[in-house]
Amino acid sequence: MTFRPEHELHKRRFGRNMGLGLTLVAFVVLVFALTVVKVQRGEPLQGFDHTYEPALLPKEETQP
Amino acid sequence: MSDTTAYQGVTATPYEPGFGDYVQLLKPRVMSLVVFTALVGLLVAPVHLHPVEAFAAILFIALGAGASGALNMWWDADIDAVMKRTARRPVPAGKVAGGEALGLGMALSGISIVMLWLATNWVAAALLAFTIFFYAVVYSMWLKRSTPQNIVIGGAAGAFPPMIGWVCATGSVSVEAFLMFALIFMWTPPHFWALALFMKEDYHTAGVPMLTVTHGRKATRAHILVYTLLLVPVALGAAVTSIGGPFTLAVAVVLNAWFVIGAFRIWRRDEAVAEADKYAVEKAFFRFSLLYLFLHFAAFLVELALKSAGLGGW
Repeated sequence: MTFRPEHELHKRRFGRNMGLGLTLVAFVVLVFALTVVKVQRGEPLQGFDHTYEPALLPKEETQP
Repeated sequence: MSDTTAYQGVTATPYEPGFGDYVQLLKPRVMSLVVFTALVGLLVAPVHLHPVEAFAAILFIALGAGASGALNMWWDADIDAVMKRTARRPVPAGKVAGGEALGLGMALSGISIVMLWLATNWVAAALLAFTIFFYAVVYSMWLKRSTPQNIVIGGAAGAFPPMIGWVCATGSVSVEAFLMFALIFMWTPPHFWALALFMKEDYHTAGVPMLTVTHGRKATRAHILVYTLLLVPVALGAAVTSIGGPFTLAVAVVLNAWFVIGAFRIWRRDEAVAEADKYAVEKAFFRFSLLYLFLHFAAFLVELALKSAGLGGW
């Protein structure tokens, strides 16, 4: 069985899909990189983990 | 339906745009100028961003500029179709439907503004939103078709990128950011009026009220000279701020002297002389105007490098 040569229209569609796909991948990579930078730069995070943490209390509550 | 008939059907399908056609909607040449000036604004700022944040900021400023370009192509398709310089743009050439240009422009506007906000700060994002609105609505929809001052006021849209770059880094506007804005703002009228002098027929055919069409070429030549003279203090003023230095000032003096001489030569000429040499002086002035802006912003970068080597700055 022989196939007809690919039509120019299909080539253009493939190029468009490929371009859009690569753009979306680049966008995801950029958002991920931005997230890593923002998180690394932020203050150290500390949350409630079911134990008493004096450091998390407001200052006036820790002072006698 | 057999494979053969499907293939024949495909042959009869009207033109489908390729990826490059959508890229053309974003005016890549204008984007390159936006990228360069925004990058300079960001780099010369006293606060430094992380390289990833800086890259994202420049990318989304450029994307915002591209979005406004797509909106402009959607709105101005009728004008573009009758002007030689713009007839091959994707919408008038029939490669991309007007509605697609509108959709792409709106979507990219939203993405670029939100992402610039997340990557940097809300002031920069608000400035980008205003820039897109100014170019697409104030300039394209209102000024361009209604007043010969279209280029003067509309030039603000192209002048915002270095200010946005600066604000991305610092979070606020300062005199340096304002002078970089003013440099492009004051440069735009002589640049486009020089183009209009040797492209007058295009604007006339399209019914765009350029100064050459409404007030004639003699008045346009006088306007070029006046705006070029007004540009001088702005350019020299930028060179004596914190982003300038002796090197920038020297470059500004030379460039502005040359620019004023060019404007003076344009002002002295009449149409007969210009026709005789096919607008050689006007074309040379237009070409030099591109170099003028590039070298001014390049000088800020060189001054920054000199400063880091302990040589430049005031």
